[in-house]
Amino acid sequence: MKIAVLIKQVPGSESTLPMNNSQDWIDEPSVTFVMNPPDNFALEEALLIREKMSEGEVVVVSMGPSRVQKVIREGLAKGADRAIHLEEDGQIEIDPLLIAQRFTDILKEENFDLILTGLQSDDTGMGQTGVLIGEMLGLPTATLAIETDVLDGQIRVKRELESGWFQWVQLPLPASISIQSGLNTPRYPSLKGIMGAKKKEIRTVPNSDLLSGEQAQSMDRIFVPTTSKKTEVIEGDADQVVERIVEILRSDIKVT
Amino acid sequence: MDILVILENNQGSLHRLSKEAIVAAQKLGKSVTALVMGSDSDKIVGHLTGYDLEKVITVGHDLVSSYNADGYSEVVRQVTESCSPNIIVAGHTYQTRDFMPRVSAKLGVPFIPDIVSLSDQGFIKQVLNAKLNAEMSSTSERLIISFQSAAFSEEELRPGSCSVEAFEATLDASGVRSISEEPFQEEAGDVDLDSAEILVSVGRGIEKEENVPLAFDLAKAMGAEVSASRPVVDSGWVESFRQVGSSGSNVAPKLYFSLGISGAIQHVVGMKGAKNIMAINKDPDAPIFEIADYAVIGDVLEIVPKLTEALDRS
Repeated sequence: MKIAVLIKQVPGSESTLPMNNSQDWIDEPSVTFVMNPPDNFALEEALLIREKMSEGEVVVVSMGPSRVQKVIREGLAKGADRAIHLEEDGQIEIDPLLIAQRFTDILKEENFDLILTGLQSDDTGMGQTGVLIGEMLGLPTATLAIETDVLDGQIRVKRELESGWFQWVQLPLPASISIQSGLNTPRYPSLKGIMGAKKKEIRTVPNSDLLSGEQAQSMDRIFVPTTSKKTEVIEGDADQVVERIVEILRSDIKVT
Repeated sequence: MDILVILENNQGSLHRLSKEAIVAAQKLGKSVTALVMGSDSDKIVGHLTGYDLEKVITVGHDLVSSYNADGYSEVVRQVTESCSPNIIVAGHTYQTRDFMPRVSAKLGVPFIPDIVSLSDQGFIKQVLNAKLNAEMSSTSERLIISFQSAAFSEEELRPGSCSVEAFEATLDASGVRSISEEPFQEEAGDVDLDSAEILVSVGRGIEKEENVPLAFDLAKAMGAEVSASRPVVDSGWVESFRQVGSSGSNVAPKLYFSLGISGAIQHVVGMKGAKNIMAINKDPDAPIFEIADYAVIGDVLEIVPKLTEALDRS
């Protein structure tokens, strides 16, 4: 069982997010980066599958500038066997088709049985890389997986639907599955894992070796959202507040 | 501009985000074609004929009688090749996330998802956990876009008429590789959050399970249904079918009365289409207040029993 897990490095939820001078992305040197939380769940799921099957290989694959080596090391420390780093030094790549083509070009040489991705990234949230790669490699795909069960040559995936509904889907392997957050409890790297990670292989694919292609979509500017909503702040002690709420329900919203 | 809008057949009814997608399509282009798949699409077509559309295309092929990513993405590809739209539009539902990227890869057409509004130059999308907005654009002659809940209001749907046309898709059973079992609920409930006029929604601010009945009492006094945010459901205080948000229901009631909900983006996407939002929260910086029409900075546990009493009295 050979599993690829795609990991992205994204700004942490606590990080400051100052804009860059051209106001088309954040000023990366001032940002604290972390492993994209949904990808952390995907990695854990890969490690659990490998443990359950008592065999196999987990390969973390990440695209980005040299800073992404940090999350690659983290993945190796948690137990991934080796890593592939697709070097990408330019401005943030915002074209999912191009990104997926570049991943596909590298992944196809390896014949993975399973490709796992997080549902979406916390930065741009395009939420499609795993499915795009699946289609490009000619593999079946499933998203929003909250439970997986690998059988002989097949994988059963419990998918989260909307409004509290779920569905089991069975796919032949190889397949590309995107993982919903919360389905497992991602482990922390052990000291032994951190030491061991240093000896593990990281294959670096230089930017010049990546598939070239035209970028067909772009992020032109970023800005702080403004609310156009006029909010009435209801003030006073509890009795005054209750009185005003009752009045609003009756006269303004007309629901009682 | 020719627009193809992909509709979601939600067990025989039209998904609310699909209605909003039709509004978006009507704003974007002169000629709007709608596509609906599934065995019971007749029911959906019944709803659609009153809208201002060029035509509705139905696909009744056995291999797409129920949803599967392989079949749906292939049908959308074939319909696109046949009617050559400039833009393919859909609601940003879980189903769209599941199959639309496949359409994007099949056609080599970019997919800009989860758009919250249109701008002169492009599309506005939330980034970095909704802390910032981004303006996106594309140089492609054809584009796929999906809209976040409440980007448009279904009340803006332009009435009119349209023709209905059956499309003969060419699908091969070997192209549908996944076997989908029947959808199910972990906890079945006869609660229909979608059609409730008022929702009293419980968040972490209710503090403990023993306080949850306060919300049910208030709901009873108001003739409302009770919903909840994910943390409350995850704690097991309220059943999962009451959950509102990206992993729960998408609701648009006349009044959404939020009790101690902070307003994380995952929750807000599921309820910001409400006509009126009233929120009580102790934390004046809670993000829920940014979208609230009425804000009460205060203690849910103190205000809610008094409010219930006042409503019961009158």
